[in-house]
Amino acid sequence: MTDVVMPQMGESIVEGTLTKWLKKPGERIERDEPLFEISTDKVDTEIPSPAAGTLAEVLVEEGKTVGINTVVARIDEGGSAAAAPSAPAPAPPAAKAAEPAPAAPPTPAQEVIQPTPAPQQVEDTAPAEPAGPLSPLVRKMARENNVDLNKVKGTGAGGRITRQDMETYMSAKPAAPAPPAPAPSYVAPAAPPSAPAAPAAPLAAGGQAKTRIEPLSQMRVKIAEHMVMSKRTSPHVTTVHRVDMTKVAKMRERNKGLFQQNYGFSLTYLPFVTRAAVVALRQFPLLNASLDNNNIIYHNETNIGIAVALENGLIVPVIRAADEKNVLGLQRSIVDLATRARSRQLKPDEVVGGTFSITNFGSFGSLMGTPVINQPQVAIMGVGTVDKTPVVVDDAIAIRSICHLSLSFDHRLIDGAMADQFMTKVKQVLENWSEEVL
Amino acid sequence: MRNCELRELGRVSYAEGLRLQEQLIAARKTGEAADHLLLLEHPHVITMGRNGQMENLLASDEIMARAGISFYPTDRGGDVTYHGPGQLVGYPILDLRDWKRDVGAYVRGIEQVIIDTLAEFGIEAGRIPKLTGVWVGGRKIAAIGVHLSRWVTSHGFALNVHTGLSYFQYIVPCGLTKPVTSMAQLGVRATLPEVSRILAVHFGRVFDCEMVAETPALASTEREN
Repeated sequence: MTDVVMPQMGESIVEGTLTKWLKKPGERIERDEPLFEISTDKVDTEIPSPAAGTLAEVLVEEGKTVGINTVVARIDEGGSAAAAPSAPAPAPPAAKAAEPAPAAPPTPAQEVIQPTPAPQQVEDTAPAEPAGPLSPLVRKMARENNVDLNKVKGTGAGGRITRQDMETYMSAKPAAPAPPAPAPSYVAPAAPPSAPAAPAAPLAAGGQAKTRIEPLSQMRVKIAEHMVMSKRTSPHVTTVHRVDMTKVAKMRERNKGLFQQNYGFSLTYLPFVTRAAVVALRQFPLLNASLDNNNIIYHNETNIGIAVALENGLIVPVIRAADEKNVLGLQRSIVDLATRARSRQLKPDEVVGGTFSITNFGSFGSLMGTPVINQPQVAIMGVGTVDKTPVVVDDAIAIRSICHLSLSFDHRLIDGAMADQFMTKVKQVLENWSEEVL
Repeated sequence: MRNCELRELGRVSYAEGLRLQEQLIAARKTGEAADHLLLLEHPHVITMGRNGQMENLLASDEIMARAGISFYPTDRGGDVTYHGPGQLVGYPILDLRDWKRDVGAYVRGIEQVIIDTLAEFGIEAGRIPKLTGVWVGGRKIAAIGVHLSRWVTSHGFALNVHTGLSYFQYIVPCGLTKPVTSMAQLGVRATLPEVSRILAVHFGRVFDCEMVAETPALASTEREN
């Protein structure tokens, strides 16, 4: 008889849970064949049998935790001549580990990844930090831009340096020379060349530069990457519908003053369009989906991204659970997100998780546009200006408030017919607006 | 120093990931293959460890199917977990006899690799005693689940880089009712290839091996949120 014991799986490990017997009592087992499985600290291990024979008895049932070297089973070797030693499984210490196998030099075809200095060394070369708490973001910005934090004036609580302080400081200061790059670079691969490395601008005859070279901001780099990626990922198709906003315009006109007075912000067309889009998305969930290889991911949440123009870029904060909000709630969210986007007060999780986006270029005077999809979403709606326009109504010329709504959609997933049905629904909601907004 | 082959695979289905691991485990046991570190990203999938409790899976099959999430029972340690885009998944196939015959040291080593990686991004992460994984202020940023067969490791870790955290609503991650987080949620905008590069360096340091890339890293299907 050979005792099978709970093996020692490591220095600090004193017990293990027997999770599964792979053989039943009475079954034949070969030496080194997996006999049972144990679990220790998120690691599951198959334990091979220390001997060949018949599993005579099982002493520990599945799910029980026992100390190491506890006998968990016995194997009857059936009088076989060579009784295997009752070595605890897994295999006894082999010479393998002890043998200093000569490390083969990497072949020229292999790319050796150079180890980089440990983080402590990075700290050593970095400028000393001021006392007081610093956010990881500020540290990161300082490291990336080689900013001496002692020189940055903190305006946060207790003189703490905020992201805004960093931005103010960096924009005031001429481009810093590239840091000696002790740490591996984790900025975007398309990182802008640091100023001194940029090629010198060609000089015109009079010594006056013909061009000026300026590195892209991080935000611009990210936007550029995202736009190219989106166009490469999705075949974009844009459809445009003309919507009569007269009813909405009247509703807005009627409530504008009171709205401002009651809530402290003005009432725009955008929450009406958003609301109509949400209603239509509920009817056409494919436009609220994502595409992942050969799967359609239907999102049960309706989170609407609203594109907000910033001084030197744009950002798309997200109205979460937009389907649970009325016009007032949507307008409040839009004002709040746009304000905080411009003052750079958005939290990171407020710009992710969108399932559909809306961009309101009409506020800049655009009649209609063909927006780029905000990946991994599959559609984006563009809102043009709302203008009083002469149109034909019942064979008469009438003055109506007209808006052009465009929808760019991912033709991999959505066909024109569905896109236009969706837009027809949006149009129908807006043209027959009845919901009170106050 | 031992060599460890680094393979950055980009987006790989869970089934394909399992198949690759099985191949490498078999080859590693016979000594045909060297140690490997596979770094990749899965489409949406929920997996259940050998000791998982079905009640930690909160969504019905129907809801998961609607959300485009597939489900796999597996032989790794640990309970239920979610993998998806924006998460860096690492499968080390190591013969621990060449390093330390100690599963505890192995799991602590994986944690150290992730902690050191996050430190480079300015995130201070750590351990919580008895709760395997890597934590930032009480939130889990990386999950660990390992399978061991004749001291050859498989499965591994999953680090949330810019994972859609809403997908974790379908499960109680690892059976723990503690919240999850990601690097993006902590304000660090990094892509999977950026994190992979740094992680590979720390992996080589912690596990005493030279990281070699046999084939040029495939372009990953990186997506921004």
